[in-house]
Amino acid sequence: MKKKDIINYINVFLFLLPALALFVGILIAPIIKSLYYSFFNWNGMGEMTWKGLGNYTELFTSDAIGFLKALRNAIILAALSVFIQLPVSLGLALVLGRGIRGEKPFLSIYFMPVLISTVVIGQLWLKIYNPDYGLLNSALRGLGLDNLTHIWLGEKGTALMAVFVPTLWQFVGYHMLLMYAGVKGVSPDIREAAKIDGANESQVNRYIVIPSIKPILKVSVIFAVTGSLKSFDLIYVLTNGGPLHATEVPSTVMIEMLFKRNRYGMGSAIAVMMIILCFAFALLITRAFKEKD
Amino acid sequence: MAKNESNNRSVEKMSVKKVLMYVILVLWALVNLFPVYWMFTFSFKSNEEIFGKNLIGLPWEWRWHNYTSAWNTGNMPRYFINSVIVSVSAIALVIIASMMATYAITRLKWVGAKQMNAFFMLGLTIPIHASIVPVFITLRDLGILNSHASLIFPYAAFSLSMGILICTGFMVEIPKELDEAARIDGCGVWKTFGVVILPLMKPALATISIYSFLQCWNELMFANVFISKSEYKTLPVGIQALSGQYTTEWGPIGAALVIATFPMLIVYVFMSGKIQESFVVGAVKG
Repeated sequence: MKKKDIINYINVFLFLLPALALFVGILIAPIIKSLYYSFFNWNGMGEMTWKGLGNYTELFTSDAIGFLKALRNAIILAALSVFIQLPVSLGLALVLGRGIRGEKPFLSIYFMPVLISTVVIGQLWLKIYNPDYGLLNSALRGLGLDNLTHIWLGEKGTALMAVFVPTLWQFVGYHMLLMYAGVKGVSPDIREAAKIDGANESQVNRYIVIPSIKPILKVSVIFAVTGSLKSFDLIYVLTNGGPLHATEVPSTVMIEMLFKRNRYGMGSAIAVMMIILCFAFALLITRAFKEKD
Repeated sequence: MAKNESNNRSVEKMSVKKVLMYVILVLWALVNLFPVYWMFTFSFKSNEEIFGKNLIGLPWEWRWHNYTSAWNTGNMPRYFINSVIVSVSAIALVIIASMMATYAITRLKWVGAKQMNAFFMLGLTIPIHASIVPVFITLRDLGILNSHASLIFPYAAFSLSMGILICTGFMVEIPKELDEAARIDGCGVWKTFGVVILPLMKPALATISIYSFLQCWNELMFANVFISKSEYKTLPVGIQALSGQYTTEWGPIGAALVIATFPMLIVYVFMSGKIQESFVVGAVKG
């Protein structure tokens, strides 16, 4: 009996080994190491000097690093994502999900931007925003609205929104797809019954469909918020945080600390803050959805 | 009579609503299709056309040499092959590791299986970027920055949690009686896993592959930080580099973007259902 148990545990261990090695070796252990680095002043090569919580206090007080501003930008993005992007996704999912003609082609088209590499999308939007030859300014000039043209990515006033628009646009289709799957999961019988009772389309959506896809809405909100907190690719391609740090987000500040200023302790502190924020928001959102029940 | 009239009116109202709905749907479809159309057309144009004479029409003159110069100037074939090598290896790792782990978690009897699953699911929320410093330092100290391996292992690790989540969804559907029958026939756990379970997990294979492929194919931050030598660059980093060289000539950049994008879009046209499914499975079951 005992021997069998031991063999069983050896087997369990062997089956878990590849996954554990990858997961612990490349994700968990490095994150613990990041936490450790974050208490030091370190240029990545030489001596590490203990700094305690110094990096964290500097992070929240130093204007030179601008972490609070980056965080503010990320939270604006998260809010736009939850209050503009997700409602658009939900609207599309509700319409397509009730089975209209052309449902599948529309679905496939709306999902397409998700598949395109963010670098490609970024390069495309660079061209759209190009001040001299870009589509946007050309269109405005063509309409005689010359005074509305901007150096979209180069002016402090417009850069942030110019970066956010493609970010939000790209993933509308992703959230739509998740919600659509949920809407399709609502039994047609219940729909039919509600209609016989005299409910119209929007009442069916409000009282039957939306409540029943709540778990998916929760997942979408969590993905939208944590995704905004860790957003990087598009911003890196479009502005890399500029002009004058107007479009900085936590991950661009982190990369700058690490690889431009060689401040590995500070970079690690930002990494740790991003983890804490992502978990905190995920928990908050889960709790908010529970209370509503 | 009166009733009939109101019926007619509501039918009219319905159809106005319906038309409006379709107008919105078509407009949104255009918003999604237009950038791709525009990319495709300007990849064949000369600067002259792109910069004013022919902004959004089809190219007057189809300049195929935009493609040859994009393909020859940078290192596009190399970037393409690197992306394939890195993605395929990472996917293979994810599949092996997540199949095995899921088997241990859902089929073997041991204390702590649930906690182990929860532990792996942490990976769904943790921002992968947060591990970049220590991973970078480890790779640097081992002297393996600028290698395929420096991307393969991190990419595999990042897709692992989703891989296990997807596998679990498929594996709990396989009846336990099959395991018992195999055991009665004298199969050990390894043989049961290899002969009974794995062949039934084929649908999961496709789902995991598609999901991880897109993650790997498009990843930018790690590829950008870990790779500085042109011979190991993947497509996203390569395109960034290429567009730096071609700041004034748009046609070849467009061609490079098309080369990086169209294989994916063509696959999507043929398997859109399967691809969409692979994005839904993980999120909905989680």
